[in-house]
Amino acid sequence: MLSGKHLKLLTDPINKNNPITVQVLGICSALAVTVKLEPAVVMSLSVIFVMSMSNVVISLLRNTIPKRIRIIVQLVVVAALVIIVDQFLKAYVFDVSKQLSVFVGLIITNCIIMGRLEAFALANSPGKSFLDGVGNGAGYGAILIIVAFFRELFGSGTIWNIQVIPQSFYDIGYANNGLMILPPMALVVVGIIIWVQRARNRELIEE
Amino acid sequence: MDRNSNKYTFIYAIVMVVVVATVLTLIAVTLQPRQKKNVELEKKKNILSALNIESTTDDVEQKYDKYIVENYAISTKGEKLEDIDAFNVILKKELKKSENEQAWPVYVANTDNDGLKYIFPLYGVGLWGPIWGYIALNEDLNTVYGVNFDHKSETPGLGAEINTKEFQSQFVEKQIFNDNHEFVSISVIKTGAEGNKHAVDAISGGTITSNGLDDMIGNCLSAYLSYIEKNKK
Repeated sequence: MLSGKHLKLLTDPINKNNPITVQVLGICSALAVTVKLEPAVVMSLSVIFVMSMSNVVISLLRNTIPKRIRIIVQLVVVAALVIIVDQFLKAYVFDVSKQLSVFVGLIITNCIIMGRLEAFALANSPGKSFLDGVGNGAGYGAILIIVAFFRELFGSGTIWNIQVIPQSFYDIGYANNGLMILPPMALVVVGIIIWVQRARNRELIEE
Repeated sequence: MDRNSNKYTFIYAIVMVVVVATVLTLIAVTLQPRQKKNVELEKKKNILSALNIESTTDDVEQKYDKYIVENYAISTKGEKLEDIDAFNVILKKELKKSENEQAWPVYVANTDNDGLKYIFPLYGVGLWGPIWGYIALNEDLNTVYGVNFDHKSETPGLGAEINTKEFQSQFVEKQIFNDNHEFVSISVIKTGAEGNKHAVDAISGGTITSNGLDDMIGNCLSAYLSYIEKNKK
């Protein structure tokens, strides 16, 4: 199975080297698609797919890519994969693709992906690159899902579109928090996650 | 071959682009029929929803065929237009044409209860992008039977509320003509909608979307006025 070093490629980005909370990349889409859990999960899966596949492709090509058009080659690979994902979503999960609308297309500009291609795939074997891609995608997805969970719970009173806050609460005077639905609260929730993570893991605290 | 030479770079770029383009074309062509079908089903779902009939992807076709008995396009003078595929009329394009050239689709439904229903599509602008919907009128072509609205990118929790059942249910039983048979449409207003037969409550915090909705209903229904005059009972 996976040796310790390989396992680290997979687990590091989920916690200690998380692309969102530690490297603070890909924040834009994290704000946009986390109003509800369902689109957040689909977005996470799409990013995991695009990131691992583009890592593998670039890693396979790494010895052939001309230096001067390196970034262009990476962009073409990422863009092609994103279009493929978008086409499949439109054909098979139309409702979700409607909710994600432009954000699937914007995976192309997600800095985590370009960052991993530059920093990892260009210098490592396809196998390792694949693990790195899955790990970083999962790290991104984990934060998205946590944020979406709280935003949907407090913003709409539902989880995965199922009402969880009982009607009796509303009768007493409880109201859904409209602010949770707006992007600024995603930033606040991400901030709280960063706080909790650093409180638990002192290594992450900068001098 | 030298990886940094111009020749290598050019050949590399050309081969890459051709390969990627071929793959993407193949995928797009293979999936296109399914995607078109999805768009069509979505439209049928929305039309049925204006009749307060809920449908799922699986039974929408069957229900649509059962309830929608007629579908044709009319001119703004209220005449039936032949040779137009009414289902595929795109309102966005029609609204750009001059009034005499516009074609407006009419869907006639026969629901289980109380007579025929007439469904008219609507199209307008919200705050961030287009909004659209369907309005179903009773046989008198005055009383609203049901509505369905949707939007591309209105603010969640504010303008986006127009696609919720709570908001849409306000329209039921409202009337588009006043007691003197003048067309007044249905206004989306901030206060005083209660007890008013021609108005509904706007969404707080969603003023521009609400105004857009108000305009959309007024503008689109006025294109049907001649048709309504000819056909109302």
